[in-house]
Amino acid sequence: MKFLAVCGSGLGTSFMVEMNIQQVLQELGVSGVEVYHSDLSSATPGDADVYFLAKDIAEGGAHLGETVVLDNIIDMDELREKVKQLVKSKNLI
Amino acid sequence: MNKFLSVLVDILSEPAILVAAIALIGLLAQKKKVSDIMKGTIKTFVGFLVIAAGAGILETALSPFGEMFQEAFQVSGVVPNNEAIVALALNEYGTNTALIMFFGMIVNILIARFTRYKYIFLTGHHTLYLACMFAVIMAVAGFNTVPLIAAGSVALGIVMTLSPAILQPFMRQLTGNDNVALGHFSAVGYAISGLIGKLFKNSKENSTENINFPKGLGFLRDSTVSIALTMVVMYLIVALFAGPSFVEGELSDGTNYLVFSLIQGGSFAAGVFIILSGVRLVLAEIIPAFKGISTKLVPNAKPALDVPIIYTYAPNAVLIGFFSSFIGGVFSMAIMFLSGTTIILPGVVPHFFTGAAAGVLGNATGGLKGSVAGSFVNGIIVSFLPVFLLPVLGDLGFANTTFSDADFGVSGIFFGSLANYAGPIAIVISLIVILVLMAIPFGKKKQVQK
Repeated sequence: MKFLAVCGSGLGTSFMVEMNIQQVLQELGVSGVEVYHSDLSSATPGDADVYFLAKDIAEGGAHLGETVVLDNIIDMDELREKVKQLVKSKNLI
Repeated sequence: MNKFLSVLVDILSEPAILVAAIALIGLLAQKKKVSDIMKGTIKTFVGFLVIAAGAGILETALSPFGEMFQEAFQVSGVVPNNEAIVALALNEYGTNTALIMFFGMIVNILIARFTRYKYIFLTGHHTLYLACMFAVIMAVAGFNTVPLIAAGSVALGIVMTLSPAILQPFMRQLTGNDNVALGHFSAVGYAISGLIGKLFKNSKENSTENINFPKGLGFLRDSTVSIALTMVVMYLIVALFAGPSFVEGELSDGTNYLVFSLIQGGSFAAGVFIILSGVRLVLAEIIPAFKGISTKLVPNAKPALDVPIIYTYAPNAVLIGFFSSFIGGVFSMAIMFLSGTTIILPGVVPHFFTGAAAGVLGNATGGLKGSVAGSFVNGIIVSFLPVFLLPVLGDLGFANTTFSDADFGVSGIFFGSLANYAGPIAIVISLIVILVLMAIPFGKKKQVQK
């Protein structure tokens, strides 16, 4: 299973989201998920199983496939909730 | 023995090996698995070489632009782009940049640990770019070897802490809490936008978010698209002014001048794309280590994060801020034309990212009017600062590209002018004074609290 965090330039924000996802996965005790980050141009469908995007670029990344849209990218509670739902639906926990 | 030493010096003066060594230290400190350590170290090493490869493409794409601009308008035109100037500078200043970045992060942790400024600057690419600028400025100022690294690192550590600090009042107003800071080296522009917004505080209720604004321009957030688009447009305009005979005779080897411009504009975006991939590889291991170590050593650390974190607070202000800042850039360009100085062309990337943030913060303090006025002034600031930054960058001031964001301009001009007027010693004194000033209020405040 592979998650990809995406932002406009693929440098800061997506990197932070990647680190936060990793932290949440660790808290949940999920293993076997690879998390990466990338910019919107480089991300293509097939790069990952699930894509994480902030609300403001959700439209630009809609073609990628299964996406998780974050309303507030610095809100750890929101991320935790959404990652939890996701890994449950993927039967990872 | 001498031979061994010279091999060692050779190894450590290769920036690619040096950043790999820094990543290795970080990975070891986090007690990672051997396979992760191998992977991370090698990726960092390759990443640095990727940046160098991108620099080559970028230079080939950029130098005809400079010649065409000179031919067309008889002045030099500069496209501010951080990735471009850093990639070019790393050829010569790579080792010092890597060392300044490493020690600058340590200075950031120390300042956050021992003063009341608890900000840990986590926007790694800006740390790298500013390290690079200080490597250049301190060298131009007359430092070398160990003093150069020391002065550069302390300057970097100070800016890493102060830049989020000056913005925190506005961030509190925007986010409603004090937990997160903004880590983006254009804070001076944002803070001024926030202050200008305050002039319109009576119309604060009239927020940008109350209007129904078309969302179709979101594709400009994709940096490859926006860079390619602007560079192609600027290239074509300059080519039209320079004329087919000059371009086809001197630069394109007979290829049609408009086709040539189209390809060169696209190649610029291609170069930046490659450089960004390299930057991503270089930072991938260093930033998590920095984050992990800083949270252990600094209680109550406030992470200073990259600028898009505030975009979701006011998506309309993002677009309004971009346009308003860009118009400020075009307005500034007109003034530069009239006054005959070097022309700073309005790059879409700096205006989009910094204009957007200025728009969001201006909206937070002054609604729609604050957003428009604040980001317009931001556009003027990021246009004029490079004019004064170019002279302190030595040979790199003639590179047709330069650092784009406001804090690069402000800190670069500050240290560069100090060196011009009073030599390197003035920089040393100013760094010490700033550190002491940062440390003093802490003691007082602590006594009051107790």
